[in-house]
Amino acid sequence: GMESGFGSDFGSGSGGGGKLDPGLIMEQVKVQIAVANAQELLQRMTDKCFRKCIGKPGGSLDNSEQKCIAMCMDRYMDSWNTVSRAYNSRLQRERANM
Amino acid sequence: VARRGGFGDTGGAGNGMDSPSAAGLGSADPQLQRFIEVETQKQRFQQLVHQMTELCWEKCMDKPGPKLDSRAETCFVNCVERFIDTSQFILNRLEQTQKSKSAFSESLSD
Repeated sequence: GMESGFGSDFGSGSGGGGKLDPGLIMEQVKVQIAVANAQELLQRMTDKCFRKCIGKPGGSLDNSEQKCIAMCMDRYMDSWNTVSRAYNSRLQRERANM
Repeated sequence: VARRGGFGDTGGAGNGMDSPSAAGLGSADPQLQRFIEVETQKQRFQQLVHQMTELCWEKCMDKPGPKLDSRAETCFVNCVERFIDTSQFILNRLEQTQKSKSAFSESLSD
């Protein structure tokens, strides 16, 4: 599983009483956001691929199920990228029309 | 139909998760404030991609194959466009119903 090892102690590296470094905070926030997005993606991908690939749950994942899950993961990523591009294009078009 | 840019700079489809204004958050530091604005906007975009991918997967994907065929890809693109159209339609019509009736609750009880 994905563990967030980043915690929330932003200020721990700045020593006592000094100003917090905004650059450091921003970098840490960006990392946490990236982790959160990856977790979100994984969670939805797992849901979708379980639905597509697992029929009646057996005692283990058989070969065909594993192959299906592997393909499903790749297709989910393809879909995500397609949606991202399409949405981005639409936003650009909206902005151009305003 | 009044054309309303429901997205503007925020990249959101009115998902109800309006972030609070940055007032009070990093308000002493304009750099932090700008950062928060930018990251919030990026996150709205990401969240919508997650949401639309999930929705459109149900509509466009049969059995996952070795690649995303062109029919499925077209479906995903159409799905995104129609989802945004739907969102804008809802906003526009809501705006109209609110203009023509005195109270919003009236239009809901129609």
